[in-house]
Amino acid sequence: MWTIGPLGFAVPWLLAALVALPILWLLLRAVPPAPIRRRFPGVALLLGLADEDTEADKTPWWLLLLRTLAIAAAIIGFAGPVLNPDVKATGSGPLLIVADATWADARDWDARRDRIAAALADAARTGRIAAVLSLTDIPEGGPVFQAADAMTAALPALKPAPYEPDAAAVTALAGTLPEGRFETLWLSDGLARDSRAVLADALAAKGAVTVIESPRDVPGLRPAVFEAGAISATVLRSRSTVASEVEVSAQGADPGGAQRELARVTAVFPAGQTEATATFDLPPELRNRVTRFEIAGQRSAGAVSLTDDALKRRKVAVIDGGSEREGLELLSPTHYLRQALEPTADLIGGTITDILLADPDVVILSDMAKIAETDALADWVDEGGLLVRFAGPRLAASDDGRSAEDPLLPVRLRAGGRSVGGAMSWGEPKTLAPFAEGSPFFGLRVPEDVAVSAQVMAEPDPDLADRTIAALSDGTPLVTAKPLGDGRVVLFHVTANAEWSGLPLSGLFVQMLERLAVSTRPDALAADDLAGTVWVADHVMDAYGALAPADNLPGIPGERLAVEGGPVPSPTLPPGLYSDGDRRVAVNAVGPGRVLAAAVWPQGVTIEGLTVARETPLKGWLLAAALAMLLADIIAALWVAGKLTGPRAGSMAALLLALILPAMMPAPARAQALTDAETRLVETAGNVVLAYVRTGDTQVDRISAAGLLGLSEVLYARTSVEPGLPVGVDVETDEMSVLTFLYWPVTADQKAPSPAAYARLNRYLRSGGMILFDTRDADIGGAGSPAARRLQSLAAPLDVPPLEPLPKDHVLTRSFYLLTDFPGRYANSPLWVEAAPPDAELAEGMPFRNLNDGVTPVVIGGNDWASAWAIDENGMAMFPVGRGLAGERQREVSYRFGVNLIMHVLTGNYKSDQVHVPALLERLGQ
Amino acid sequence: MTTAPAPASSRPAGLRRSAEGLAHALPPLLAAAEQLAAAVQLGEHGRRRSGMGDEFWQYRPAHAGDEARMIDWRRSAKADGHYVREKEWQAAQSVHLWVDDARSMEFTGDKARQTKADRARLLALAVSVLLIRSGERVGLADPVAPPRPGEVQLMRLAQTFTAPPGEADYGAPDARAMLPHARAVFISDFMGDTSGIDAALTQAADKGVRGALLQVLDPVEEAFPFDGRTIFESMTGAIRHETKKAGDLRSRYLDRLAARKDHLDGLARATGWLYSAHHTGGPAQGALLWLFHALEGRI
Repeated sequence: MWTIGPLGFAVPWLLAALVALPILWLLLRAVPPAPIRRRFPGVALLLGLADEDTEADKTPWWLLLLRTLAIAAAIIGFAGPVLNPDVKATGSGPLLIVADATWADARDWDARRDRIAAALADAARTGRIAAVLSLTDIPEGGPVFQAADAMTAALPALKPAPYEPDAAAVTALAGTLPEGRFETLWLSDGLARDSRAVLADALAAKGAVTVIESPRDVPGLRPAVFEAGAISATVLRSRSTVASEVEVSAQGADPGGAQRELARVTAVFPAGQTEATATFDLPPELRNRVTRFEIAGQRSAGAVSLTDDALKRRKVAVIDGGSEREGLELLSPTHYLRQALEPTADLIGGTITDILLADPDVVILSDMAKIAETDALADWVDEGGLLVRFAGPRLAASDDGRSAEDPLLPVRLRAGGRSVGGAMSWGEPKTLAPFAEGSPFFGLRVPEDVAVSAQVMAEPDPDLADRTIAALSDGTPLVTAKPLGDGRVVLFHVTANAEWSGLPLSGLFVQMLERLAVSTRPDALAADDLAGTVWVADHVMDAYGALAPADNLPGIPGERLAVEGGPVPSPTLPPGLYSDGDRRVAVNAVGPGRVLAAAVWPQGVTIEGLTVARETPLKGWLLAAALAMLLADIIAALWVAGKLTGPRAGSMAALLLALILPAMMPAPARAQALTDAETRLVETAGNVVLAYVRTGDTQVDRISAAGLLGLSEVLYARTSVEPGLPVGVDVETDEMSVLTFLYWPVTADQKAPSPAAYARLNRYLRSGGMILFDTRDADIGGAGSPAARRLQSLAAPLDVPPLEPLPKDHVLTRSFYLLTDFPGRYANSPLWVEAAPPDAELAEGMPFRNLNDGVTPVVIGGNDWASAWAIDENGMAMFPVGRGLAGERQREVSYRFGVNLIMHVLTGNYKSDQVHVPALLERLGQ
Repeated sequence: MTTAPAPASSRPAGLRRSAEGLAHALPPLLAAAEQLAAAVQLGEHGRRRSGMGDEFWQYRPAHAGDEARMIDWRRSAKADGHYVREKEWQAAQSVHLWVDDARSMEFTGDKARQTKADRARLLALAVSVLLIRSGERVGLADPVAPPRPGEVQLMRLAQTFTAPPGEADYGAPDARAMLPHARAVFISDFMGDTSGIDAALTQAADKGVRGALLQVLDPVEEAFPFDGRTIFESMTGAIRHETKKAGDLRSRYLDRLAARKDHLDGLARATGWLYSAHHTGGPAQGALLWLFHALEGRI
């Protein structure tokens, strides 16, 4: 390989042939273009004419240049040029390739694998042995060096893991590295880990270490948590240099069950910060649907956070103190509570003892005093329960929390409470003060119309201000709360019904309950709670963040999930959803306490980017260029020789185009050939075409075709309708929307169409089509004939309106000809059409009724019209009709019926509009 | 009515059909006879003077020397004098055709165009159809087919025209067999040596034969659209001319062509003939019209 700049040549000595180019130039210059022989009678006039220009005709310089360039391109091409030849100084000795292979690698895993493949290819070229080591999948006994080719074969199996290397295992590896010196190529995922420095030092001791690291940021998403009634997802990044934004999307099942994006929130990283928070303020209905949060546009398990029970519906127990006033629903102390909570929470009821067994998230006590189970309830609150209490006459009358603070009340209460704005008091009902910052209700809008007329009063205490989370406009506490162990006790100083205040009637009540009830459950799983349980993986996540059903993974003891700072995913505990009965816990690749930071490497380690400058062989391009130039030379030479401009130039140019165009267009555009069926469809759609249903009986079908042909001829001759050739239609397969008229001869043994065909027929009828059913049996009988019975069963699934025998004033009697009967080959069968509306009235001064518009979708008869209409190829009638002249008259009338029928199909009830003629004339007269 | 397609005219019947198709649009041609010759024969063609014929010409008063049987008694009974019924003198004219059958006529510059020979034969036969329909006698200039009247002569002519072309590169008319005071039509490209046509026309003028020269040329011969190094060959390949730059020859070639046309025109004027050039690129109708007028003798 011999290189100039970024170019290298595989066979450089071939370039010596370039010296021959000037000689070639001279040679080509000396040889004029070959003459053309032309037959030309006018040569007799040319004899004796000498060329004015005695100098030999030379090849033009630009043609010479083209040819020289073509030859030069061919010479250089065969010399094997390579752009960016890979001539890096190759190392020696064994090569250890270490890949972190974590979820952070997933987004550019292909590039990493290519980089490993390139390194292995290099090693194979120089005969080095190599080993590939994935830190998330450390083999027993450490890496083993093999021939680089063998490693290449195993490369496709190398996949990133959805977890991070186990620190202990990595540290152990540092102590069990192979003997002897070797070079190391470390493909880092760019995240800082404690174990990294240990291994890096150990590797550096064995030989040169080269680290390949993408300069791109690694994003991560902590599990979403509830904060102040909203879901907040913390987004992490490994580098904190500049401010940036990421979008976090919440995904879940829509009401139809399809997985889709439910919300999208932008989180903003300030410069210098590695954490940003995306807050989702979702309605509870949506919130309950969210199954995963992910950083938009990132394919990595770290950018996905699965949700579990922590975001699901609360279990709320509502208990009242018993009502002595039965039947007054709106006055029930818990009515508004139930109304407010029912949509978003699972409500349970019962005695306190029973309820506590059900382990509710929230217990709401409405106006209860003298609670017997105070200790049990206090223990429950202490474990993280939320106790919400509402005041009321009973609480006001009791002495709970009078002298000393009751454990189940946030504050001490004054006896009796107070009443403001009542008949016996000064002042007006009090409104709410805006919620203070730090209150769980902070940010909620206070409606103007919420007024409090009575409340229980808190005894002033040193910590009353801290415990007040909502107050009235005069500063008296309305809602107070105190922490109790892991839980909280909240007291509304008003009733839960509308007796003391308008609060339960307002939307604010619901929002306050949501803020309180939803922020209950602790996100940290307690080890005690999970002790002894076994969790089974439902779905596991791969490194790319995709969930797949878990198959045959062993159960996980609950203690492993209850680790401080969230469960740490590992090969035995892959990220995913784990379930134990009804409970579900999500294990995420990025735990709640995880912080991402960029990796820091010790001194003496070479850090490279991920991209490889690829060798680009230019031989093909150069040879193609040479070929193209030679092709251009053909054209130019022909042009210079006058073969492109003289006579017969057209054929020469066509030949050239035929030669060149296929070369220029590797994929020739294919003419879109219409199939026969499509051609027929286009034909049918573009014209009025009479159609008949193919019954499967060859004779009947032949008569139908001949009959419609005869009718078409008559229409063509007598009317402005110019039908195309009749078509046979298979109701199962053919497109019927393009048809205007369908003739359906009914045979006794006809096969019923499929339901799909009936659907298409109904659509055809609804969209203005018409079917003429012909039982062809008027000679032998009426409704009882086999064909008529078959017709009944055939037409049953059709969307046919009520029928009646054709009335004398039907528009069919006058749509083109004036007709009184409608014979075909037979004359005595009645004709059935859509029944006229019962309220049709006789038009004044007209012999017919005032009927609405619309074409009857079906016409049913048995006169065998097709036989009467049928003509053979000579235009002669195929079948005799009647006898003698009377028969011919009958055939004529049957043609007239056909004309009337087609006119009716095409023009609708236009003739019926004649009823309006007197009115129009009258108006014109004015 | 445009040119008949080439394949049809290569068969005798096809050639005749296309020629009749071409002649169909014109009124029957009445060739003017300027000069009476001793050899004139009676035909259905009036000479606008009294003489022998079938058609009534005029009544004239009988005068001394008229035989009694010449008097038209019916006319004379209406008046005091005697009248003689005179008939119009009717005579048929002989027309000689010469169509160049040399190889140079086989040339066409475009496959879609007729060859010059095809066009020349078509025109000749079309004129023949017109002449025969008006009672003239049509034949070739050489002794092979002397002028005769009648439809059968058309068949003979058509057969002669569809004979294979001759061997020579350029042809010359043969005026030996022409009847004195007849009319003649020469159709050729006149590309060869002019001595032949000079001699033929001089000989014809000596015999009192007058007629028309129609030069049929291909548009390529008129335009000379050649360029580059070229070897031009005659149709047989016997004559060749090589040039390095064909484009340079164009103007001089066109000069020579114009000179050739001038020569033919001058020759025609000197001998009382008429000359025109016709291009196979254009419709044949124009050339036929011109021939029609030329044979009437007045343009």
